Amino acid sequence: MSWRIIRQIARNGIRTEAAPECSDALRVEVERIQHDLLDILGQALTIRQVDAGSCNGCELEIHALNNPYYNIEGLGIKFVASPRHADMLLVTGPVSRNMQIALRRTYDATPEPKLVVAVGDCGCDGGIFGESYASCGRVANVIPVDVAVPGCPPAPIEILRGILTAVRRCRPPV
Amino acid sequence: MLIPGMTLGLHRLSAPLPMWRGTVDANEWLVAARAVTEGGGRLVSLWATQRDARAFAVSAAYAVQDGLVWLDLPVASDKLSYPDLSSIFPAASRMQRASADLLGITAEGAKDERAWLNHGAWPADHFPLRRDASAPRPDREVVDYPFVAVQGDGVHEIPVGPVHAGIIEPGHFRFSVVGEKVLRLEQRLGYTHKGIEKRFTELAPLQAHRLAGRVSGDSTVAYAWAYCMALESAVQFDVPARAMWLRALMLERERIANHLGDLGALGNDAALAVGLAQFSRLREDWLRASRQVFGHRLMMDCVIPGGVACDMDRAAAHRMREHCDAIELEVQVLRKVYDEHAGLQDRFITTGYVKPPLAARLGLAGLAGRASSQAWDLRSDHPWPPYDQLDVNMATDRTGDVAARVTVRFDEVFESLRLIRAICLGLPAGVTCSEVRLVTDAASGAGWVEGWRGEVFVALELDSDARIVRCHCHDPSWHNWPLLEHAVIGNIVPDFPLINKSFNLSYSGHDL
Repeated sequence: MSWRIIRQIARNGIRTEAAPECSDALRVEVERIQHDLLDILGQALTIRQVDAGSCNGCELEIHALNNPYYNIEGLGIKFVASPRHADMLLVTGPVSRNMQIALRRTYDATPEPKLVVAVGDCGCDGGIFGESYASCGRVANVIPVDVAVPGCPPAPIEILRGILTAVRRCRPPV
Repeated sequence: MLIPGMTLGLHRLSAPLPMWRGTVDANEWLVAARAVTEGGGRLVSLWATQRDARAFAVSAAYAVQDGLVWLDLPVASDKLSYPDLSSIFPAASRMQRASADLLGITAEGAKDERAWLNHGAWPADHFPLRRDASAPRPDREVVDYPFVAVQGDGVHEIPVGPVHAGIIEPGHFRFSVVGEKVLRLEQRLGYTHKGIEKRFTELAPLQAHRLAGRVSGDSTVAYAWAYCMALESAVQFDVPARAMWLRALMLERERIANHLGDLGALGNDAALAVGLAQFSRLREDWLRASRQVFGHRLMMDCVIPGGVACDMDRAAAHRMREHCDAIELEVQVLRKVYDEHAGLQDRFITTGYVKPPLAARLGLAGLAGRASSQAWDLRSDHPWPPYDQLDVNMATDRTGDVAARVTVRFDEVFESLRLIRAICLGLPAGVTCSEVRLVTDAASGAGWVEGWRGEVFVALELDSDARIVRCHCHDPSWHNWPLLEHAVIGNIVPDFPLINKSFNLSYSGHDL
């Protein structure tokens, strides 16, 4: 039994790919990202994901960040279960009116630096759903947003780039 | 005779699957419902419509042996009620509550009249799908919901959500437990309600497939196909053969992508992290291959009115077949790992059990239904092109536990891999899309597709200006959410994520 698991792991080896530069397509070393996280935050980055009304497409791509190709935990970035443990909220939208209060309370429960990355076209501008009796539209209509990542849904690498961009923006002035 | 014992003036819709539509009166409405259930049929969907100032109607779609029957019951504008169906089809209850929230049309005699989609964010007397609905006063407070309380020594409640601990959609679960044991689960959904059905009426029919493709992101191909089928049936348009084959190809790719993701997550929820690592690797390979051929990892906006927005040359078809061979070998290895892992099987077997008679009574749909002896699969029951040439083998199981739902998923992965290879070989030549001309008469059509989770149904009505009057989208999750409440009874709380994942129901597709 366990030899089969070990053989499967060994045969596949390490599939993790290089991480992206924060703002352009250049590739950088994993160590640099880890250093940046340590320099800026002084710790690993913890993220609380909030689906505020999306179609679930963005969630699928955020999930993909945890697969061995992107290996986001290897970079020192971890999804956590509570906003109280989080440095960053990764929010997908549009924000439905039924989720408005829950999203605001989640934001209030998040400690500093309280970074917010809005993911997907709907999170950026309401997308195809727009604003209506049931939808507040973009995430920024409900809580302050640091970085918005367009795409329907954005590819995992774009989401990762958005996360790193938000961290770099949070660097205190020297 | 479509509904046993009844002769109704039904007309057949021009669609690739056998579907009929007709009008009934209040008496026939109930007689038909009873006849369907006695004849072994099931309720597919229930929804309400306002066609013009005084014309209200409630509609039910039934799956019967020969196909689907869509029945309309006109509702008087001064009374706005219709006979309750939930005593015959319990699954109707939430759909009736949603119709009451959206149109103010109520089921007479229904036991549960609590609001379902309206959480208080808009006024209770505002009905968004009414023709004259103006924008409601914004910024209202969400109101409390009267959950059913369980009383007794040592009973306590665990409220979960709407913001869940994982990367998943929002909803609220209220557990009543004694110690670790779940006595009762009550769900409250509607958190992702974003006004999709209202939005449809603001879009042009030839554009609205994009919205349909975003009803539930993991079923974008199924919804886009069902919407396009409804539109094409309304205007009596024949889809080019090559486009039909490519639609089926993408539908099967979507099925595999979701099963790969869920099989990994199920391993992970039972503490076999290597299962997640391996399956999520296969899923990523699969999505990248979809992007290469169709230009989008989830294949959004690839199914369009009139055909498909993509094509595949012979070399790509060859590569896809080879990729299927490679994935098949990998999944076989992982299936052995899952089957032989005692700890994993201990968590899977007898967990989240849904007995077949209960599944039949409540209408458990799709793959979860097939894992509880509900042998329905549109691809085998009513094989429409190209499935009529592919002879789909339906995967079923009788045990109805998490292990059964895992088995059905594995079987469906292998069957869909076979179908994809057959489609790659048999893909007919020709155009992939031709122009859909809208008609100037009021028209209606329906789409019915077996998505990865179960049957997706779309009912579409157009007016004489070729505008969308009503587009109702139905997700199989409507039927399956109440069964999840039953499946968890008597299990321990830590098994809930595992049971939940084995169903993997849609919030967005349900909440609309």
